[in-house]
Amino acid sequence: MEVGQMQSRLADYTKSLFMEGILDAQFLQLQQLQDESNPDFVVEVVSLFFDDSEKLLNDIARALDQQCVDFKKIDAHVHQLKGSSSSVGAQRVKNACVAFRNFCEEQNAEESRRCLQQVKQEYYLVKNKLETLFTLEQQIVAAGGSVPMIELSF
Amino acid sequence: MGMVAEAQFHVLAVDDSNLDRKLIERLLKTSSYHVTAVDSGSKALEFLGVLKDEQNQANPPSVFPNDHHQDVDVNLIITDYCMPGMTGYDLLRKIKESKSLKDIPVVIMSSDNIPSRINRCLEEGAEEFFLKPVQLSDVNKLRPHLLKGMAKESHPNIDKIKAMEETHSPDRTRTNYNGLEVA
Repeated sequence: MEVGQMQSRLADYTKSLFMEGILDAQFLQLQQLQDESNPDFVVEVVSLFFDDSEKLLNDIARALDQQCVDFKKIDAHVHQLKGSSSSVGAQRVKNACVAFRNFCEEQNAEESRRCLQQVKQEYYLVKNKLETLFTLEQQIVAAGGSVPMIELSF
Repeated sequence: MGMVAEAQFHVLAVDDSNLDRKLIERLLKTSSYHVTAVDSGSKALEFLGVLKDEQNQANPPSVFPNDHHQDVDVNLIITDYCMPGMTGYDLLRKIKESKSLKDIPVVIMSSDNIPSRINRCLEEGAEEFFLKPVQLSDVNKLRPHLLKGMAKESHPNIDKIKAMEETHSPDRTRTNYNGLEVA
């Protein structure tokens, strides 16, 4: 596959992520902050998001497993996860966190467990999609091409 | 870009999230600010020399020069609201209570849009309240506050900088907050 085709494929792939609501405009903001002096900015930020999220998801799961569920602590973790997903533009993860927080407030353990599954699902989905996106970018660069800035009208 | 070489503002960013710290640092550096990022209110106060200041209050003033606490020159502090231990609001109050720091403009960031929280911060003296995720358009709003701070120190180039700053960036509409905006 030649560079032009790879670039089209990447553009289509990226657009689909926005269409499906997996990513929102904040992700574009991250891309705009990347330049020659900060060429890996997006990957670095997203890596922090992956690390933070995995730790938080583990902490939440552990907290829900306790005899006495500490909803305040869980809410604090979910709040953090909501914050970081919002900062990278992982819209569906963020929305799942918002729903989760409501059940934390109600101290509903069963619904909270369901929410955790939902958040995990959305997280693994966006993780998978972003890893694919980065791979497509790497392939273009390896082939000597440049990664075009996506133009999207909202 | 690249107007007055010597006028590089120093911004202290405070956020317990390493992701958000990285983001705010990049946003600020894009505007050519010199940035120091710390992960807590207490570290911020330490950096600003406040803790040292409080210790020195017990000692006779003649022993120390007037600006012994001014190890660092910070032109603006931007802090997250929700932090463990000392919140951004607590930090704001401590800064406003400090003789040496009260004139440094403080901006609060929060992922939660809670009008009472926003009001409380503005009443306590915060210059701006940004909803997260912070945008470049928000960072552009910092410049007037930084210039105001410089004017207080009667910077010689203040008029020159102001004249060059006449281009305004379009305001990002945050319908919830705009009604509370302090002119």
